[in-house]
Amino acid sequence: MSEEIIHIKPYLKLAGLEPLIIRPETNFVNVGERTNVTGSKKFARLIKENKYEEALSVARNQVESGAQIIDVNMDDALLEGVLAMTTFLNLVQSEPDIAKIPIMIDSSKFEIIEAGLKCVQGKCIVNSISMKEGEAKFIEQAHICKAFGAAVIVMAFDEKGQADTKDRKIEICDRAYKILVEQVGFDPQDIIFDPNIFAVATGIEEHNNYAVDFIEATRVIKQMMPLAKISGGVSNVSFSFRGNDAVREAIHAVFLFHAVKAGMDMGIVNAGQLEVYDEIEPTLRNLCEDVILNRNNDNNEATEALIQYADTVKAKGKVEVKSAAWREGTVEERLAHSLINGITDFIDADTEEARLQYSEPLEVIEGPLMVGMNQVGDLFGAGKMFLPQVVKSARVMKKSVAVLTPFIEAEKERKKLASINPNGASKGPAKILLATVKGDVHDIGKNIVGVVLGCNGYEIIDLGVMVAADKILTEAQKQEVDIIGLSGLITPSLDEMVYIAKEMKRRGMTIPLMIGGATTSRMHTAVKIAPEYGDGVIHVLDASRSVTVASTLLNKDQKAPFLLELEKNYAGLKNDFDNKKTTKQSLSYEDALQNKAIIDWENFKVVAPSFTGNKAIEITDLSVLVDYIDWKPFFIAWELHGNFPAILTDKVVGEVATKLYADAQKLLTQIIEEKWLTAKGAVGFWPASANNDDILVENGKEKIALHFLRQQAKKTVGQPNYSLADFICPATENKKDFIGAFAVTIHGIEKHIKKFEENLDDYNKIILQALADRFAEAFAEYLHAKTRKEYWGYAADETLTNESLISEQYVGIRPAPGYPACPDHTEKYTLFNLLEAEKNTGISLTESLAMYPASSVCGWYFANPKSQYFGLGKINQDQVLDYTKRKDKPLEYITRWLQPVID
Amino acid sequence: MQADLFIVQPAFRKEKKELINDTIYTPHFLIVLLVSLFSFGYMHKNLFMSIQETLKKRILVIDGAMGTMIQRHKLTEADYRGTRFAEWPSDLKGNNDLLCITQPAIVTGIHLQYLEAGADIIETNTFSSTSIAMADYDMQSLAYELNVAAAKCVQEAIKQYQSKHPNATEKYIAGSIGPLNKTLSLSPDVNNPGFRAVTFDEVVIAYTEQIKGLVDGGVDVILIETIFDTLNAKAAIFAVKEYFRKEGKPELPMMISGTITDASGRTLSGQTLSAFYTSIEHAKPLSVGLNCALGAQEMRSHIEELSQIAICYTSAYPNAGLPNAMGEYDEEPHQTAHFIEEWAKNKFVNIVGGCCGTTPEHIKHMADIVKNITPRSLPILDPTI
Repeated sequence: MSEEIIHIKPYLKLAGLEPLIIRPETNFVNVGERTNVTGSKKFARLIKENKYEEALSVARNQVESGAQIIDVNMDDALLEGVLAMTTFLNLVQSEPDIAKIPIMIDSSKFEIIEAGLKCVQGKCIVNSISMKEGEAKFIEQAHICKAFGAAVIVMAFDEKGQADTKDRKIEICDRAYKILVEQVGFDPQDIIFDPNIFAVATGIEEHNNYAVDFIEATRVIKQMMPLAKISGGVSNVSFSFRGNDAVREAIHAVFLFHAVKAGMDMGIVNAGQLEVYDEIEPTLRNLCEDVILNRNNDNNEATEALIQYADTVKAKGKVEVKSAAWREGTVEERLAHSLINGITDFIDADTEEARLQYSEPLEVIEGPLMVGMNQVGDLFGAGKMFLPQVVKSARVMKKSVAVLTPFIEAEKERKKLASINPNGASKGPAKILLATVKGDVHDIGKNIVGVVLGCNGYEIIDLGVMVAADKILTEAQKQEVDIIGLSGLITPSLDEMVYIAKEMKRRGMTIPLMIGGATTSRMHTAVKIAPEYGDGVIHVLDASRSVTVASTLLNKDQKAPFLLELEKNYAGLKNDFDNKKTTKQSLSYEDALQNKAIIDWENFKVVAPSFTGNKAIEITDLSVLVDYIDWKPFFIAWELHGNFPAILTDKVVGEVATKLYADAQKLLTQIIEEKWLTAKGAVGFWPASANNDDILVENGKEKIALHFLRQQAKKTVGQPNYSLADFICPATENKKDFIGAFAVTIHGIEKHIKKFEENLDDYNKIILQALADRFAEAFAEYLHAKTRKEYWGYAADETLTNESLISEQYVGIRPAPGYPACPDHTEKYTLFNLLEAEKNTGISLTESLAMYPASSVCGWYFANPKSQYFGLGKINQDQVLDYTKRKDKPLEYITRWLQPVID
Repeated sequence: MQADLFIVQPAFRKEKKELINDTIYTPHFLIVLLVSLFSFGYMHKNLFMSIQETLKKRILVIDGAMGTMIQRHKLTEADYRGTRFAEWPSDLKGNNDLLCITQPAIVTGIHLQYLEAGADIIETNTFSSTSIAMADYDMQSLAYELNVAAAKCVQEAIKQYQSKHPNATEKYIAGSIGPLNKTLSLSPDVNNPGFRAVTFDEVVIAYTEQIKGLVDGGVDVILIETIFDTLNAKAAIFAVKEYFRKEGKPELPMMISGTITDASGRTLSGQTLSAFYTSIEHAKPLSVGLNCALGAQEMRSHIEELSQIAICYTSAYPNAGLPNAMGEYDEEPHQTAHFIEEWAKNKFVNIVGGCCGTTPEHIKHMADIVKNITPRSLPILDPTI
């Protein structure tokens, strides 16, 4: 291999999360000026009021409007500058859509500059240093900037003052350059001069040549020191026209036009308000040229002329335009852009435009819209788009289709009448029927799958939640669907799925069945569902996979080999499962009972709750729950996996997660402020004692037994076989112990879900559902904390952060019936009776013992410090029989409900 | 030939600037040159060929994993403690850097194995030897001593090696500076993204102490490695610059090695490779490169990119592939070496070696393979745009 020597040019290079390399063709670099407390009243107010979140949006706006660098300045007498700079820049670092660009740290106090440099990993610009206080200080500050690896702006300012004439500007810059390069060792390309932009047209004649001085000095400096750069604060030049933005912007545009030609590289500007030179009204432009270039300006004539003209121009209250270049494209390109970027602003007009261009409205869907959605699908498949973005795209698609639908219907009608197309009717897109099975109310996951499949061109028939087998299958046959997808979150739903598979076989159906939802698994599908139905049962892990699975199933050539391969796979899994069963060692129930958790009851100090019996609790101001929200599951619902808040800065999904989080926060605020939702709960405590695996509860005069199950797997020495009953003092000890229970729910979601559905806004609908779930969980966490500290008070002096709560560092547990420690859902009946939960909270139980509303949580409270969560694991027939006796129910009933844990 | 002449320019430019910058303020060419020559003679034994000179001639090999090799010794808690720390209140097993004090023979033995395998640069066992990282073991006060001891372990290994192989080529000690267990760009607090667990000044203080220990122990190069948060690395660079400036000593060359955490091509703190390089370029390092997180296969495109943009030498020491389901690295030595060979032939690298999961076998294969391949030439820095 012949070696080619690489040449590297001495460009000024800067970096945020991404590099910014300033090459000759870069032309002019916009430095956003709005994050400056001296220049932006709004920003100053936000910082003074400690509203940093909102202050970040000022920065974000600058980036979106095209700023390539942001200038951050916290110089205000009322602010603690070092603290404000540190706080703001640290926050900026956690916002990838801002942190991607470099930062210009702007202060007249060097300690604030240093504080800023200590927060930013990228290569910054320091704005500014100068020889104002002599060479020694200048050199020391330059050394520090260099040790931080920052480029510097050097103001044309020396011991004698700020340079105003061309010659002084050049003289000071030349001197500073020599010191920096020769004494400090600065790279010339890292030196940026600010030769001072002063206001012109002030009425004072000495000021009239200021712009010319700047422009001409720039020209000479760039010739003398070609690697150095020139910058300046552009808005200074038009200072005398403040209040008249239209004129100011014209002045800026004209000034920049000439200064950039002379060699100005960058400027601090309001990135959202840059006027294009060529588009300035010619009269105004000419007047501005006269003022900037100091032409026709004897006795301030040019100034006077511009002032007179300015009075006639009403500041038009310009709308800030985000980069709108994409609006110039063809209608197809615009539709694709809107779809990919999830923009609904123009979709109605663009769709209408496309409809008029195409001969039939349906062609708009089959043509540009499908092309756009295919791009979305491809980007999603390639991991370049993520679920929240896809759902936004789907919303755009739906809006567009909604515009077209009346025309399509009219077209159909017309054709029918004219009978143009009697037999050529092609079969439409493939149909997929989705439903959450009977007894289950959870549908976030199913809704997401529906949206994603919808995006990929399938027609989705969504039957909703709690759908009986008969209805699912009848509908599937009537509508001639191509695939059925079933969803479920609670364990009894698994049996319902098995039943539906059997029914499909009985009905002689041949379409494939997709299985999904939190409680489902490949193993369960392989072992229990697939053997019941021979024409394809496929477990689908998440919404992303559903697309590939559906497309494979609907492809004639791929379907058979895919199902064959899958069948082999599942057979293998089933085989493994069957073999594994025998290898696990277990104890007899009797032996397991002997190996219970040992608690020193003799020295155990019981804390009595502040009341016994139950109590209803209602929260209308949900803001009290916000601190208890665990965000991680919220992101998991959107298939964004990772810890919160790290996920917000994740390299791959961080941007999407941050947007989603911002949208969720927005909705959250609205939910709270407009009181969309109400949290209702019940909590109760009762004297209790344990008798082996039962807990006897005194509810007034009534005695009620709670039934628990015990681990039967063989444990290593010293490890007990746990049952929750172990954590309550046995009756034999003659001590009065207590147990508690709670149920919480979130009411009021339906109305708003409906509204979002009407607006075709799946995105906010799913956010709302996911937030309601988070509120229910947060309410449970809140209530548990209140119980520990107040209602029961066994940990009155507990102080835990939200993180510690999420990682369950508190004393005592709150296991839920139907979950690993006590998997029998039917115990919910007892829990609901004790709490009078239906009356107190409005939660009802379905036949599968799911709670409705879906965003509900219930559980038992155990206060003993030794109590802990555990998984029951598999139990043997001897325990099942004993349990049957204890619960006084038929064996079939018990077997059905304990199916998932019976070995 | 012409290329060679040009190469001198940036390399020289570097020395000149550092010296002007940090020690004397008279930009007189001759004095600079004299000081520059003097400093190399002064730093090392006679006839010692500086790492800068050696890099012009051949590809250098840096050693492989330390942790993997320590595991082979199956050390117990008592082994880690030794007699000196027998009564230490916290668990010490897993504090690999401590072995430089409690089991110097083992550490020296591992260094020796890498020397025998053909490594030219041996890293000190000091990845976590800062007061911040050592706080996990309540051993903040030992930071300085650990660094001195670690450098001595390498020196001892080199001495033993050279007595067996009197005509061997030069060996260099790289003082390893790890990334810390606390980061300056990321918040550990759920509710407060602006929070930082440590400040820039605290990090600079900790790194300065480590640098002092490494320099006093006698390292030849400062190696800032496994950088996943560039701001931590910038604090280390700041500490190096300020340490040598204030001590009035000539600055040791710096090697800088970042970590691209996955296929997205970014550091953990979110920077692209090019942004990372731009952010550390002011260190004027001897080399910049990548290590850890990825195997050679996944690292290839990134090291290629770096070789195009870096004005200095480039280094790469990947893991032995990606970890398997058991979290073990199972890429065979010849497989890793095969990737390295291709990089060397394509002039991507000047320094190669191994990170997690690599062994003396891996290093031996690499050393044998790169021995006869000419190294990447330094790019030319054009004087004008």
